[in-house]
Amino acid sequence: MSNGSRITPSVMPSHATRDKREKSESAADRLVPGSNRVIGPQTMTGSQAIVRSLEELGVTDVFGLPGGAILPTYDPLMDSTVIRHILVRHEQGAGHAAQGYYLASGRPGVAIATSGPGATNLVTAIADAHMDSQACVFITGQVASSAIGSDAFQEADIVGITMPITKHSRLITDAQDIPQALAEAFHIATTGRPGPVLIDVAKDAQQADMEFSWPPKIDLPGYRPVLRGHSKQVREAARLIQQADRPVLYVGGGVSRGHASVELRELAELTGAPVVTTLTARGVFPDSHDQHLGMPGMHGSVAAVSALQMSDLLITLGARFDDRVTGQLSTFAPKAKVIHADIDPAEISKNRTADVPIVGSVKEIIPELADAVRDIHGESGAPDLSEWWTVLKRLRETYPMGYTPTEDGLMSPQKVIERLSAHSGPEAVYVAGVGQHQMWASQFVQYERPHQWLNSAGLGTMGFSVPAAMGAQVGNPDRVVWAIDGDGCFQMTNQELATCLINKIPIKVAIINNSSLGMVRQWQTLFYESRYSNTDLNTGHDTIRVPDFVKLAEAYGCVGLRCESEEDLDATIEQALAINDRPVVIDFVVSRDSMVWPMVPSGVSNSEIQVAKDMTPDWDEED
Amino acid sequence: MARHTLSVLVEDLPGVLTRVTSLFARRAFNIHSLAVGTSELEGLSRITVVVEAEGDLLEQVTKQLNKLVNVIKVVELAADASVQRDHLLVKVRSDAASRSQVVQAVELFRASVVDVSTDSVTIEATGAADKLAALLEVLEPFGIRELVRSGTIAVGRGGKSMTDRALSKN
Repeated sequence: MSNGSRITPSVMPSHATRDKREKSESAADRLVPGSNRVIGPQTMTGSQAIVRSLEELGVTDVFGLPGGAILPTYDPLMDSTVIRHILVRHEQGAGHAAQGYYLASGRPGVAIATSGPGATNLVTAIADAHMDSQACVFITGQVASSAIGSDAFQEADIVGITMPITKHSRLITDAQDIPQALAEAFHIATTGRPGPVLIDVAKDAQQADMEFSWPPKIDLPGYRPVLRGHSKQVREAARLIQQADRPVLYVGGGVSRGHASVELRELAELTGAPVVTTLTARGVFPDSHDQHLGMPGMHGSVAAVSALQMSDLLITLGARFDDRVTGQLSTFAPKAKVIHADIDPAEISKNRTADVPIVGSVKEIIPELADAVRDIHGESGAPDLSEWWTVLKRLRETYPMGYTPTEDGLMSPQKVIERLSAHSGPEAVYVAGVGQHQMWASQFVQYERPHQWLNSAGLGTMGFSVPAAMGAQVGNPDRVVWAIDGDGCFQMTNQELATCLINKIPIKVAIINNSSLGMVRQWQTLFYESRYSNTDLNTGHDTIRVPDFVKLAEAYGCVGLRCESEEDLDATIEQALAINDRPVVIDFVVSRDSMVWPMVPSGVSNSEIQVAKDMTPDWDEED
Repeated sequence: MARHTLSVLVEDLPGVLTRVTSLFARRAFNIHSLAVGTSELEGLSRITVVVEAEGDLLEQVTKQLNKLVNVIKVVELAADASVQRDHLLVKVRSDAASRSQVVQAVELFRASVVDVSTDSVTIEATGAADKLAALLEVLEPFGIRELVRSGTIAVGRGGKSMTDRALSKN
C-alpha cells in the first residue's frame, strides 16, 4: 500500500525532469558542457587529462598558485595554448577571482591550489561562492593516495572540510576518473542552483597514465534540477496577482544567476507592480525604471522596505528571505501572501511559508507567469494599482536616498561613490568589499544592467573586492572595472595588485578611506555608546597613515592617487579613467563619521526603519 | 517532538554517510538510530534514520538531503504504513539458578538464546521498538551486562518499492 511519502511532493512537478530525460536516450552525453568534440582513446597522464578536460570544457582562464601536490598538473598547464593561467599571490585571491570571473562573465570560474594550506586558503572563497550561488570549480592537489590519512606533509582533508560549503565535492585517486569527474563538476556547478564544486586530485592520480577520451558520461542519478515550474502553480500565482491590491515583485539574486532580467522587465511592466531588488539582484531591473523602488532590507530604501511591509502579495523571484532583507521574520510583510519561485526546493518555505511555491528556473517561470497573467487580463482586465502607487510615490518622494554633509570638512563617502558612478556609467563593473562602502556602493551607484554589480552578500567576506575585480576584469577585458573597497578590506587582499600589474589586468581601486572598520564603528556609535573598541585603522586624515595607500600602490607598480577634497574629486576620477595600461589605486580620504542610512537595527521589525539616527518615518500617514 | 523514520537511498560511495549525518548535526537534530546497508540495487545503499524533530524543521532537512548529489531519494515512512524492526543482542547476568527464568522470558517474546556461559545468557531478538522495550524490561531485574542494537530498519507496506524509477538509467 505504501512505499513511503516523498518529501514535499507539492512543490515538485511529478517526475517532470525524469520524463524529459527518459525521452532522449543520449541526453546524458549532452550534459557535458563545452563543444563535446569527440576524442578517441589516447594515453596520457592524469595531469594532462586535467588540462585537456578543462580545455574541452571550454575553460580559457584559471587562477591559481602551485605547490607540491599539484605540481604534476602545472607542467602540462604550461604548454596549454587554450588556457591562460593567472598566478595569484594568495589562494584566497584565486578563489575570489574565480567568483568575480563568473559573476561578470557568466562563465564558470576556476581556481587551482595545492594540498593542505593551499586548499584551506581557498575555503573562504568556497564558502562565499556557496552562499551566493556561484558556479565555480575548485581544483586542489592532494597528497599521494597511499599517504592520505597519515598526516603527511601539507595534508588536509579538504573534501571533509568543505562538505558543508560546496554544492558537491569529490576526491580522485584514480587517474581514469578525471575526465568524468571534471565534466560532472562543471555540470553540477553550472546547472540548477549554481554553486561551487571542489575536485581534490591525489598526486599519484595526476602522475599515473590513463586512457583519455571525450566526452565522458555524466552519471548522476541523484542530481536532477527542476527547471520548469508546475503549470498549475503558475496559474494560481497569476490568480493571486490579479486579486492583489498591493503586490510587490521581490527580486533576488536568482534572477541575476538565471539571466532573466529581460523576462523580469516584461512581467513587471505587464503587472505594473513595484519592484525591489536585493543586494545580489542590483542591476537586474534598471534603477532608472519608474517601477523600481530600490533595495529592500537593513540598509534599503524607505520605499522598498515599506512597500514590502505594506504589501498584500510578495511575488518572490529567486530570493531567499535572508535575515538582512526580512529583519525580524515574524513581523516581515505581515499582511502579505507569498508566491515563491526558486530553483532550489529547499529555499521554499525555509524562512517564510509560501502560499504558492513554484520550483524551477526563473528564466522559464517568469515568461510562463507573464503568459498566465496576460490570459487573466484578457478575461477580466488589468487590476488598478493606482491607489498603491499613490502611497508608494509619496514614500519615494518623502524619503529619497540621500545623505547629509559631513561636519569635519572631509569628503562624504556617498558623494565619492555618486561621482564614480556618474563618470564611469552603467557599462562599467562595480565590485565591492564588505561594510559601509559596500552599502553606499549598492545605494549610490546607478545600476542599469545585470552583472554590473558584484559583491560578497551572503557570507560578507571582507577582502572580496580587489581579487574579485581582478577576475571580473579578466572575464570582461573591455569594461572599466572599479573595485570600490574599504581601507580595512583593502588591507586583507591587496597583494593581488601584483597579479594585476604583471598580468596587465588594469582594475581601478577606489579606497573609501575612513580610517576605520567603518560598519563596526557605526554599530559602536549606535549601540555601544560610541566606545570604539578596536576599529581604528590609522590610515586616514590626521593619522600616521600606515600603510600609505599611495606609496603601497606605487610599490606594486600601480598608479597611486590621493583625493582629499571634493574640488579634486571629478578630476581625480577622470585621471584614473584615462589610465588603461595598469591598475590605479585612489585613496579617497573621507569622513569617518558618515553612517549608512536608512537602517533597520538588527533584530527589530522592518517597520522600525530609521532614515537617520533615531528618526523613524511617520507611519500615520500611511494606511 | 515527534519521532520520524526516514529512508534515504544513496550512492554507495565514501563520505556519503558523513554528508547525510552532518545535515542532521548542523540543525542539532539528535539521531535516535541509524542503520546502513546495501539495497537490492548494485551501487546503492539504503540508510534508515530515526530522528526526533518538529515537522517543519524535518522537512527542511529532508529537502537539504535531497540536494545532496549522492542522495537518490528520501522518503518518510509513517509507522502505520510501514514495517519497522530493530534487532538487538543482549547479554544478561544469569547463573544456573536463574537461567530457566531467563529462557522462559526469551520464549515468551519469541526471542532466542545465542550464547550461554556459566554466568550469562546472550539473547537475540527482533521486533518493533515497543516489543523490544518490553523484553528489556523483563530482563532488567536479572542484570543487563551488554546491549547492542542495530538501529531501526524499515520498509513500506504493500507491493511498491522505494527504488522504483530511482535510477533513470534502469
